[in-house]
Amino acid sequence: MITLEHVSKEYVEGVPALNDVSLNIEAGEFVFIVGDSGSGKSTMIKLLLKELEPTSGKLIINKKELAKVNHRNIPYYRRNIGCVFQDFRLLKDRNVYENVAFAQRVISASNRSIKLNVPKILSLVGLAAKYRSKPSELSGGEQQRVAIARALVNEPKILLADEPTGNLDGHNAWEIMKLLEEINERGTTVLVVTHNMDIVNAMKKRVITLKKGVVVSDEQMGGEEE
Amino acid sequence: MKISAFFYTLKQGCKNIMRNKMFSIASIATMAACIFMFGIFYSVVINFQNVVQNVESGVAVTAFIDGDLTDEQIDQLQQEIENNPVAKISKCDFVTAEEAWQDVVDNYFDGDEEMAEGFEEALAESEHFDIYMEDVSTQSELVSYLEGLDGIREVNQSEMAANVLTDANRLIGYVSIAIIAILVCVAVFLISNTVNTGISVRKEEIAIMKLIGATDFFVRGPFIVEGILIGLIGSVIPLAVLYSLYEKIIGYVGDKFHFLDNMLTFVPVNSIFKILLPVGLILGVGIGYIGSRVTLHRHLNV
Repeated sequence: MITLEHVSKEYVEGVPALNDVSLNIEAGEFVFIVGDSGSGKSTMIKLLLKELEPTSGKLIINKKELAKVNHRNIPYYRRNIGCVFQDFRLLKDRNVYENVAFAQRVISASNRSIKLNVPKILSLVGLAAKYRSKPSELSGGEQQRVAIARALVNEPKILLADEPTGNLDGHNAWEIMKLLEEINERGTTVLVVTHNMDIVNAMKKRVITLKKGVVVSDEQMGGEEE
Repeated sequence: MKISAFFYTLKQGCKNIMRNKMFSIASIATMAACIFMFGIFYSVVINFQNVVQNVESGVAVTAFIDGDLTDEQIDQLQQEIENNPVAKISKCDFVTAEEAWQDVVDNYFDGDEEMAEGFEEALAESEHFDIYMEDVSTQSELVSYLEGLDGIREVNQSEMAANVLTDANRLIGYVSIAIIAILVCVAVFLISNTVNTGISVRKEEIAIMKLIGATDFFVRGPFIVEGILIGLIGSVIPLAVLYSLYEKIIGYVGDKFHFLDNMLTFVPVNSIFKILLPVGLILGVGIGYIGSRVTLHRHLNV
């Protein structure tokens, strides 16, 4: 599903943010990417979203080599990838329903399918009752649920989550991780970038550790030893 | 493009205008001022051109013919003049010596033949053609052509009048282009500024749109709609004001300044608006479209 072959990215010549990274993630996997600040986690997410081009190496997503996706086709490529961020990135002037519907409008979905899909996905994330609320009226956890609903409403095959629990308290962080696990169980490949080692250790999923742009470990059922 | 996406784009474009209310109003006002100035300028130019054309239509070349030509030869000469290859002729009148004399008596001696006695000899063999051109700038070519024709004895022309009128027409053309270019630039700059503000206000939204797979068209659409709407509103208002003002001004000048009646014939408002309305609307919408496109191209790498 996601393959990186000797991928390097240098923002400044000679200073690699990612250095010769190779890895393979199968369809349906749940993977944590961990590492300190500056280890290259966010760069990896940006490369996967084709916000950045690698300096060298090859990225293959859904059997498609990213270098061959031209500018015109980037939007269509991104429609197969849902993304969730630490700061939620919701539209503050629109309510929960409109925020989720927005993702459907972007792909020119019909009004009929919007009316069908949005309530369904809001039920999945447990926010059906709050569809009229503005983001400012929701807790951090609820805002992240809206962001997840928006990422999922177009039924992407891959979900990228960049520090999804970074702004949440322990309880809400757990709730979000449970939701991501549930989404993964429904068949979506989930890639979570996080600092939160408590969660990583408890969930016993595959863990890829980056350090200064290099993969230093890749463990199935990973996590630090207690 | 799906109908729902079309209406969504339209709705977002309208919302953009409301979101940046003050900037939108400022842009509409300035656009309206530009189109209003353009309309006034256009009306003045068209009326001035009308005056020039009226004067031009009175400028004629006089071609005197040999006295021994038969009627048949005169007819043939007239046809040659009318079908000449160098200048379009609007009118070619043959004037006999008697008619020329009568004309002199009427114009210079107030119709008193007795007073005019003695001058008749000077007008012997004065049969001629009065030739009126559609464009006086072709006068010198026409004169050269006439001088080369058999049967033409002498050609009289008013070179100064033709040159002044040609120069006046050219000057009007240059000034029109310069003023229109300045107005268009000012308006494009203003629309661009409004859209620019809209983009900075919505930068986050645009970034989200891009991340969830919005096409370039989806991102740009609302801004283009915004620019076009500002252009449209900014042109409809001044055109409507101009329409009612023009009629009132014509009426006022006609009532108060009767002595101008012979010199000034105003072009009717409907004739002016036959051109001004579509041009004004196209200018407004076009400037709106170009202004937003230019800004989007500069600021959005989508």
